[in-house]
Amino acid sequence: MSLADIKPAAFIRTKGHVRRPPASLVVSGLILFLLIATMLAATVGAAGIPLSRLPAAFGFTAPGAGDALHARDQLILWSIRLPRIAVAAMIGGILGAAGAIMQGLFRNPLADPALVGVSSGGAFAAAGAIVIIDSCYAEHIHFLMPVLLPLAAFLGSLLTTVILYRIATRSGRTSIAIFLLAGLAIAAIANAGIGLIVFIADDRQLRDITFWLLGSLSGATWSKATTIVPIFVLASIAMIFIHRGLDVLILGESEAFHSGVDVERLKRICIVIISAMTGVAVSVCGVVGFVGIVVPHLLRLMIGPGHRLLLPSSIMLGAIMLVGADTLARTIVAPAEMPIGILTAAVGAPVFLLILLRQRGLVGL
Amino acid sequence: MLRHVDLSLRGGEMVAIVGPNGAGKSTLLRLLSADLRPSRGTVTLKGRNIDAWSPADLAMQRAMLSQHVSVSFPFTVEEIVRMGSGNRPLSSVQRLIDEAIAEVGLDAFRHRELPTMSGGEQQRAHFARILVQLACGETARGPGLLMLDEPTSSLDLKHQIALVETSKQRARNGTAVIAVLHDLNLAIRFADRIIVMCDGAIAAEGTPQETITSDVLRRVFHIDVAVAQSEDGMPYLLPQAMRAVAAATARVAD
Repeated sequence: MSLADIKPAAFIRTKGHVRRPPASLVVSGLILFLLIATMLAATVGAAGIPLSRLPAAFGFTAPGAGDALHARDQLILWSIRLPRIAVAAMIGGILGAAGAIMQGLFRNPLADPALVGVSSGGAFAAAGAIVIIDSCYAEHIHFLMPVLLPLAAFLGSLLTTVILYRIATRSGRTSIAIFLLAGLAIAAIANAGIGLIVFIADDRQLRDITFWLLGSLSGATWSKATTIVPIFVLASIAMIFIHRGLDVLILGESEAFHSGVDVERLKRICIVIISAMTGVAVSVCGVVGFVGIVVPHLLRLMIGPGHRLLLPSSIMLGAIMLVGADTLARTIVAPAEMPIGILTAAVGAPVFLLILLRQRGLVGL
Repeated sequence: MLRHVDLSLRGGEMVAIVGPNGAGKSTLLRLLSADLRPSRGTVTLKGRNIDAWSPADLAMQRAMLSQHVSVSFPFTVEEIVRMGSGNRPLSSVQRLIDEAIAEVGLDAFRHRELPTMSGGEQQRAHFARILVQLACGETARGPGLLMLDEPTSSLDLKHQIALVETSKQRARNGTAVIAVLHDLNLAIRFADRIIVMCDGAIAAEGTPQETITSDVLRRVFHIDVAVAQSEDGMPYLLPQAMRAVAAATARVAD
């Protein structure tokens, strides 16, 4: 058989014509990669658990005879690795999907909660909450912190998203240039606010706050994982109801309305879930940027822009990416840890530039 | 924007709205589609105030093709056309989608990404989407309303005629069709009734013979055009004649 006889795979583009791969193939492929990433993340680390001992550590098989390390393996796996993987996967999924929804809402492939100040708004509110709550009511409600922090971050994110939408959208049309510039300004304001809080915070509060500025998963515990679960589940359910609306919204608000979409309700739902997802992500692992840009962009190239498949795939690819990035973050400078935000920015910022260069027409160049 | 506009549409009727730029043609269409709310007066659809309809119900009754729909994400023609079917399962609308794509002549472009296509091709894809929406609504609720805002602005002559024919065929099945058109000759061929708008009001209304007259054109467009008659008794305007007259008027003004 010569090369010419090989038919291009069903989804390869030929002269602008594209064939989308079947949804089942995409989903099963992503699940497979997620499993591989999870296995890798579970075995690699400061204290490694070799693949051969992994089934025993999980409790699937009995430990080998004379396996002295079995107890240590189990401890590391169940109280350090797995909660961290669970948090990384859910936060990655949340960040990827939040980016995809935001891009649909703003009809703009360059939208990302971290880039346009929505994460910073959340971080500002969370940092403010740490200082205010700690200074005024330290003893009384300290136990409420695991709930109050995500709540504060959610409200901060919600406020910034609403302001951003008001500024960038006028009579149903969104200006991409205004959107990015306004986001820049809002991020600057929020960062100035964070700077002010850092300035007035005492040493102990400062340690807590610094954690947001770096963006890290090192504090992952099962209890943090359980804080994320409700938002993760609710957002996933909401996606079932908004995917069609987001598709039509790409044509513009008037077109979406003409096609039978309740545009105002759709926008409200999107803004609330973007804020809730960003808020919970920020409250758990600080500002991790660019996942929301890279994940939907890669997926659109492979599976197209339809949100029915894009949203669940963004959750999965976001999970794969953050589990992978986190594994890298805690191994490349082991035993120290690199803040994960550095890694995601190092990969994400060039992708952002690439999209910008390819779509200069969108911003009027 | 609009003053004293009183207008009603019947099923099976083809209506064209014409008039100079800024006369309020698109505004009128957006009012009729409930995209805009009137500050005074009412719009009713099938005897019920248009505000009382939910967006989903309205979409079953009327389909509207807007001017300049830009798509920034790489949806293919087929995906765009499918958007017209709402959330109905693909198996129940596949035939409608195929027919609509064939009807606008985009069979070969089915899997092309919209942003890579020309303006006219994109407009045809959106027209196919609107046809699917109309067909889905009419299957469930009976004849509806097809609204077109300058549907031919970037189409070549062949596809302009095809679009008119498609709309006429829908009207024969009971659909009311209303379109904003710039090409008066096309409007004459298209419509049973022409509404001439000027400065936010209806300047003339009636059959093409009644409305496209030198008198009305002078009043509304401020140009002197001799309106000829074709063999079937319909009026028509010659672009060359229009240019010559315009040049003559300019000379007189000098």
